[in-house]
Amino acid sequence: MFSYCLRRTLAAVPVMVVVALFVFLLLRLSPGDPAAIIAGDMATPAQLDRIRETLGLNQPIYLQFFHWAGELLRGDFGTSLMSNLPVTQLMAQRLEPTVSLALLSIVLSVVVAVPMGVIAAWKHGSLIDNAVMSVSVLGFSVPVFVIGYLLIKVFAIDLGWLPVQGFKRISEAGFGPFIRHAILPALMLSTIYIALIARMTRASMLDVLGEDFVRTAHAKGASETRVLFKHALRNAGVPILEVIGTGFALMITGVVVTESVFNIPGLGRLTVDAILSRDYPVIQGLILVTSGVYVLINLAIDLSYALLDPRIRYQ
Amino acid sequence: MSLSPPHAAPDVAGATVPRRLRFWPRQRPGWTVMIAAVCLALIVIVAILAPWLAPHDPLEMSPANRLKPPGTDYWLGSDAYGRDLLSRVLYGARVSLIVGIGSALISVVIGLPLGILAGFFRGLDSLIMRVMDGLMAIPSVLLAIAIVSLISANLWTVMAAITIPEIPRVVRLVRSVVLSAREEPYVEAAVSLGSSLTTVMWRHLMPNTLAPLIVMSTYICASAILTEAILSFLGAGIGTETPTWGNIMSEGRTYFLIKPSLIFWPGIMLSICILSINLLGDAARDRLDPRLQKRGGAQ
Amino acid sequence: MSDDATHAGLAPAPVLEIRGLKVTTHASPAKPILEGIDFSIAPGETLCLVGESGSGKSVTSLAVMGLLPKGSLTVTGGRIELEGNALLDASPKRLRDLRASRMAMIFQEPMTALNPLMRVGEQIEEVLVMHQKGLSSTQRRERVLEMLDQVQLPDIERVYASWPHQLSGGQRQRIMIAMALILEPKLLIADEPTTALDVTTQKQILKLIKQLQERHGTSVLFITHDMGVVADIADRVCVMRHGEVVETQPIEALLRRPKTDYTRQLLTAVPSLRPRAAREVTDREIVLEAIELEKRYGQTSRWARLTGRASAQTLAASEVNFALTRGRTLGIVGESGSGKSTVARCVMRMIEPTAGGVRVMGKDIASLGRAALRPHRKRIQMIFQDPFRSLNPRLTIGASLIEGPVNYGTPRGEALARAAELLALVGLPKDALARYPHQFSGGQRQRIAIARALAMEPDVLVADEAVSALDVSVQAQVLALLDDIQRRLGVAVLFITHDLRVAAQICDEVMVMQKGVVVEYGPASRVLGAPEHPYTRSLMLAAPGRHWDFSRFRPLDRVLEETPASASNAAVYP
Repeated sequence: MFSYCLRRTLAAVPVMVVVALFVFLLLRLSPGDPAAIIAGDMATPAQLDRIRETLGLNQPIYLQFFHWAGELLRGDFGTSLMSNLPVTQLMAQRLEPTVSLALLSIVLSVVVAVPMGVIAAWKHGSLIDNAVMSVSVLGFSVPVFVIGYLLIKVFAIDLGWLPVQGFKRISEAGFGPFIRHAILPALMLSTIYIALIARMTRASMLDVLGEDFVRTAHAKGASETRVLFKHALRNAGVPILEVIGTGFALMITGVVVTESVFNIPGLGRLTVDAILSRDYPVIQGLILVTSGVYVLINLAIDLSYALLDPRIRYQ
Repeated sequence: MSLSPPHAAPDVAGATVPRRLRFWPRQRPGWTVMIAAVCLALIVIVAILAPWLAPHDPLEMSPANRLKPPGTDYWLGSDAYGRDLLSRVLYGARVSLIVGIGSALISVVIGLPLGILAGFFRGLDSLIMRVMDGLMAIPSVLLAIAIVSLISANLWTVMAAITIPEIPRVVRLVRSVVLSAREEPYVEAAVSLGSSLTTVMWRHLMPNTLAPLIVMSTYICASAILTEAILSFLGAGIGTETPTWGNIMSEGRTYFLIKPSLIFWPGIMLSICILSINLLGDAARDRLDPRLQKRGGAQ
Repeated sequence: MSDDATHAGLAPAPVLEIRGLKVTTHASPAKPILEGIDFSIAPGETLCLVGESGSGKSVTSLAVMGLLPKGSLTVTGGRIELEGNALLDASPKRLRDLRASRMAMIFQEPMTALNPLMRVGEQIEEVLVMHQKGLSSTQRRERVLEMLDQVQLPDIERVYASWPHQLSGGQRQRIMIAMALILEPKLLIADEPTTALDVTTQKQILKLIKQLQERHGTSVLFITHDMGVVADIADRVCVMRHGEVVETQPIEALLRRPKTDYTRQLLTAVPSLRPRAAREVTDREIVLEAIELEKRYGQTSRWARLTGRASAQTLAASEVNFALTRGRTLGIVGESGSGKSTVARCVMRMIEPTAGGVRVMGKDIASLGRAALRPHRKRIQMIFQDPFRSLNPRLTIGASLIEGPVNYGTPRGEALARAAELLALVGLPKDALARYPHQFSGGQRQRIAIARALAMEPDVLVADEAVSALDVSVQAQVLALLDDIQRRLGVAVLFITHDLRVAAQICDEVMVMQKGVVVEYGPASRVLGAPEHPYTRSLMLAAPGRHWDFSRFRPLDRVLEETPASASNAAVYP
């Protein structure tokens, strides 16, 4: 088990290196002067020279990479063109709304989607199954901002139950106001995730329900709920966990759009602001951080397989 | 016993079920699939015929006619610059379809050979897959944003930005199919019949990837259309001189409270378009490659 | 079936009685799978359901348990009574209560029949949790341990806490038996429970079922395709074909005096365990030779060295020597893991041997590179086990047959003409050339695979379990075809098999392998007729139905006797 964990952890390193290399090359190989991109349009020639110096643009490209990667490892992601603040500081300020919203959405998605998928697989081919699959295809197909505006129109404008926009931090305003402001964004963010997880749960459960050991369980006289939840669901768990991990990339996209629609001051808004002002250092920092989080989440999920499956544990 | 254990009947299966999957359905496809096909066909026709169908020039501004309600002249009303919403929505179909189909084709053209190489040569495998894992770790919208913010956004850069993150999905799929197909005895038989490597790959391995690739490319198409719309919506997409469903909505955001139709019309078109493609993809999957179910839908 | 009726009339009330059972598919139009099955089982009796694939024997057993795949098969008529309980009318709840407590089932594939994420002890205990609510957890644990002891598992405390993947196939089947019998059901249904196991394990499992059956007075419905197993364990036999019962008879009577032609055919197709006489040596030219062949898996990886782990090297085959002369058949016999397939794959150069030589027509090909190997590939061709996977489903039979010759420069037209001749040689019509593999049955596909190999005009054919996936009657035909081809074309055959009967039938020489090592090698008549090595003896002794000469409808007159292991000075040939 230790060797499994160690191997998985080590395997995450080259992935991060590839990400860093890609982001690095993106800037260096793009047409245009990297210094000008980093410095922004307002820079004076003297500033540009200074930036060329710090980036080491006169050095061979592999030295530039090591230099740049070294800065990253020391936590220096550069300085924002707009605010002149370090990128890390900007991101730290915006962390809480995004993390709280993402966690709320993940919990909501899993709680809703897994039972949906289990029931659809159990009643395979029935009306319920068709309904679940239809909802899931819709969830994939309707763009997340359309869902967001629909929610705003119905629940905030027409019914007036919830605020149209804005955000309250738990750390400042407490849980009640937070949830009032977070519920619509979380619903919006969850749709595609629910669709994805429900679909995967159903497919994976269908696979498992066809396995021999499920037949054994039936032959033992096990009741249906017992077969479904005690035997099948755990065995269907690995692909479900996997899709929760890879689906995280979808969630990042969702966060950017959701925060923009609901005007939430999180990392997503930071991204949109950075796009509009062409603040490349910030965009670069956001890519590196989200990719890192993606890799970490998937690593955590890989490691959790070891808890789930004795065959991995005793490897 | 009302829980249905879907075991294959041990004695009956295999003997009677033909193992070759048919491309064309024996029975008529379900009504959802028919509707989806009709919708998609309509959208394609609209995209092609937009110059003849549109009642106005989609770029023609008319300050006197800002934010008009639907009427006889402006069937769906007009936007903040007095441009005809209907004409813009009709033209918007063009970019979506080009981006969707283009991304699907390009990602398959690049991903297929990489996947076959990775599946066949162990040495190349780890190298290719590490790079693909890295690409997959970068959230596609952020990658697209980065590319677009470095190189000015036009149809081609947007398409490239959307396609790059899709390539790893194709590579992974092809690789997994090749890895399992190369264990098949008929591939070993081909080797012992003295077939060259290219023959083995081209004639015996590659055809196995076609069915899953057809299904995968529909999902990529849907997902590319969605990503393009998101980029436009966020202001990182193609400029408003080319109407796209995403940038119509992006411009409409400011007026959402007074004129929500600026968001809902293009949103509905977008949803119907993606929904149709996904439904056709699901139908193709059920028909061609039931095993693919697990790989989920558009992402 | 009058015989069955009188039997039921004289005996005490049957444990299981099936009358007129009909099952059809759910498709429209519904296809009948079972067309009125009748049989009954008396208390303590073992009834064997025998039949080839598609006969409906497994469907019958699943129908009794109420486990027919929903949505694809339905019972449309008849009665099933378990100790007077009409099972077809029982509510789902009632049926669940009857399972495990009154009727239990074990399956063919022990490797997949247990939940991989649950300790095996817990899985057995679950039966008690569901059916005997009054027991405390200590009581339950004791019952499970006692049952593990009864199925003769070693170190029961450790087994109790094991995960399925830590146990061997035989051990897992014992767990399944323990699970099935813990509530002492009146009826045990065993669906090919030993088919996936090696012969020596099979023998132990069959013996265990017999012992437990006697101890608990259980009736057994045993489903199998193997006449040898039937001869060893059945009290009565019910032969099925195409969803109908062909005949039901007590075992002696069935084996000596089958009433129907079909049963007679089935019995005649079972190859005899007595080796056929070796053919005269007509040609001394050695076409294939293995010299000190060795294959090791799992080279010490850098990672293993780094973590200081012992390298997980396994010796799949070592010091394998043999020589095959033109026109003869050498059989390599052994259980799973013996290394017999590894040898075949090394000889074919599907994998590279780690040491030693493989000489094809005198040329050592053991370490040739891809390009250098190519001219020699055509000398040696292979026939694979699974006829459903050995032909490319997307190519016509013609395209598959000419692929090899065209690779070596034969013009297409000529190759096609030759392919048509080959099809005639293997007994298939000419129009098969334009058809696809899915239009043929397993036996036909195996013929096509043979034709494809012959198209290369090889000196050696390697047949890796080439008839193991076929029904016994088809198997007999394919074996006859191989024999015929060998006589006509003089090709040498390296025949890999786990089935001693098949080996006895077709081989001139036999090589027995165990754990990667050759333990005995010599003329088939000596190795299989009078085995010297204890392992060969144990294999022969474990062969099911070894007392019976099926095709002559009488017991074998001379049988290998079970004696204390013979001296280990087994001479190794040559």
